[in-house]
Amino acid sequence: MNNVYHNLHDPWWVRRASGIDQVVKYLGILSIGVGVVVLAVLTGQAVLQGLPRLHAEFFTSFPSRVAAQAGILSAWVGTIWVVVLCACMSVPLGIMTAIYLEEYSGKRLLSRILEINIANLAGVPSIIYGLLGLGLFVRFLSFGRSVLAGAATLALLILPIVILATREALRAVPHSLREGSYALGASRWQTMWHQVLPAAFPSVLTGIILAVSRAVGETAPLIMIGALTYVAFLPQSVRDPFTVLPIQIFNWVSRPQQAFAANAAAGVVVLLGITLIINAGAIWLRQRYRQKI
Amino acid sequence: MLARDAVYPRRVFERAIEALLKIAAFSSIVITVGIIAVLMMEMVQFFQEVSLWDFLTGREWTPLFSNKKFGVLPLFAGTAITSIIAMIVALPLGLMSAIYLSEYAKESVRSVVKPILEILAAVPTVVYGYFALQLVTPLLQRFIPSLSGFNALSPGIVMGIMILPIISSLSEDALRAVPHSLREGSYALGASRWQMVFSVAVPAALSGIVSAFLLGVSRAIGETMIVAIAAGLQPRFTLNPLVPIETVTSYIVQVSMGDTPTDSLEYRTIFAVGMTLFLAAFMLNVLGAWLQNRFREVYE
Repeated sequence: MNNVYHNLHDPWWVRRASGIDQVVKYLGILSIGVGVVVLAVLTGQAVLQGLPRLHAEFFTSFPSRVAAQAGILSAWVGTIWVVVLCACMSVPLGIMTAIYLEEYSGKRLLSRILEINIANLAGVPSIIYGLLGLGLFVRFLSFGRSVLAGAATLALLILPIVILATREALRAVPHSLREGSYALGASRWQTMWHQVLPAAFPSVLTGIILAVSRAVGETAPLIMIGALTYVAFLPQSVRDPFTVLPIQIFNWVSRPQQAFAANAAAGVVVLLGITLIINAGAIWLRQRYRQKI
Repeated sequence: MLARDAVYPRRVFERAIEALLKIAAFSSIVITVGIIAVLMMEMVQFFQEVSLWDFLTGREWTPLFSNKKFGVLPLFAGTAITSIIAMIVALPLGLMSAIYLSEYAKESVRSVVKPILEILAAVPTVVYGYFALQLVTPLLQRFIPSLSGFNALSPGIVMGIMILPIISSLSEDALRAVPHSLREGSYALGASRWQMVFSVAVPAALSGIVSAFLLGVSRAIGETMIVAIAAGLQPRFTLNPLVPIETVTSYIVQVSMGDTPTDSLEYRTIFAVGMTLFLAAFMLNVLGAWLQNRFREVYE
């Protein structure tokens, strides 16, 4: 056949081309598959190992030397304390920084320096923020090993994430909106407050949610500033010692007894559940908002 | 842009807002200065007692024992071996998935796969640590009987999975920024898709891909919980992935978990090794950002 004749005289790479394309394609699918399978196996393993421990008392008991009686009450209460306080500190500061950089500062050298600096802060390993928190908040400002020190440390850690997300959101607001507002005689801040911020709100919120999810899962910086691993009380004020869910998991995972591994698995299920729900929520919010534009 | 005839109070208010925003913007500079100042203060005191040369070239790290030795090389070796394993896992997988997502996948597939990869990046690291210790290490021990319960291999592999989405998403951005005219030119010369991908798209996106690699390495050397849980806490000057080791980050965790008094030399060691970690991550990030920007300017 004519076709075959042509094929035989084509160079090898043309004859093989479609085959190699298939290989490249399936290697790509395989690579993504590795990630997806790991996520599935990880979740499955934690659920299998931790399910027997996931009953109501697990959420209402303090940690204990007896694995079967230990719970995550002080851990999840501590997590809520720290994360809420951390968000209260870093969200306003982050949004204000982003507004200044995006809407007020122009393209001067100073704002370039600020931009580069923020991008770099986002890449600083989280444990370094722990060292900063230890040196600055725990010792220098003598907050002690308290909820306040933990929240302040995490606030610094997520600040660059909040700033970058907010700037991205502000940049996506069309210029025509601002110009329309100015044309009607609005001032700069009136334009910001009544037009730009409401328009950017959904994506700002998405960014904040993702930053908070990061704060929920952070372990190393809080170990550094001295969050305790065995807390049989609930914090009553921001100056009290505390523990958080990831640290409780770390504590259980580090113990040699298999009974505590089941506790760790149950804790992992809870933490993973929170993370997945938060992230799915953020992704959903973003998709919905995208469709609107 | 302020209207010239704006009433006076409004003008004062606008000025006040701008001043407030400006102060907020400088907080990031304060943080950077704070990090450097805190690390420097403790580090300077550390190097008054230990010579920099001994610190950087010593092969024994025993600051918590009675016979104190401050050679940081075992910690560097631990960080190096886990990071190398992580990048061996993350680079090919991340790059292949980026090529697939950018060049082969349909839009519908992309819109499902990308969020899943994002979630993979959002899993807390303590969860990955649990996974490495409880599942990956026992699994590997079936194939490698000499593997000890704590080792560099298992946390390295898990860290690679954690970094995969970062490499994938940054490389995909780089590939998608390659202009269509380049691809079309390649097709016009008779290239098939994979020839176009590997001889035009990937080389054109190379600086972005290298930047993704550098940012991945920076994540790997700074990663703490996975190694603190699954790699053991035994400083050892070796690149053998089968034995327990200790990384820079897990040493810092080990010290802060213990009862080390805060004004001791042992305590200052964490700031000294923290400074080396900060500098390494900082340089990788700057280099990565520089490559990324350079490549954006060329094609936009």
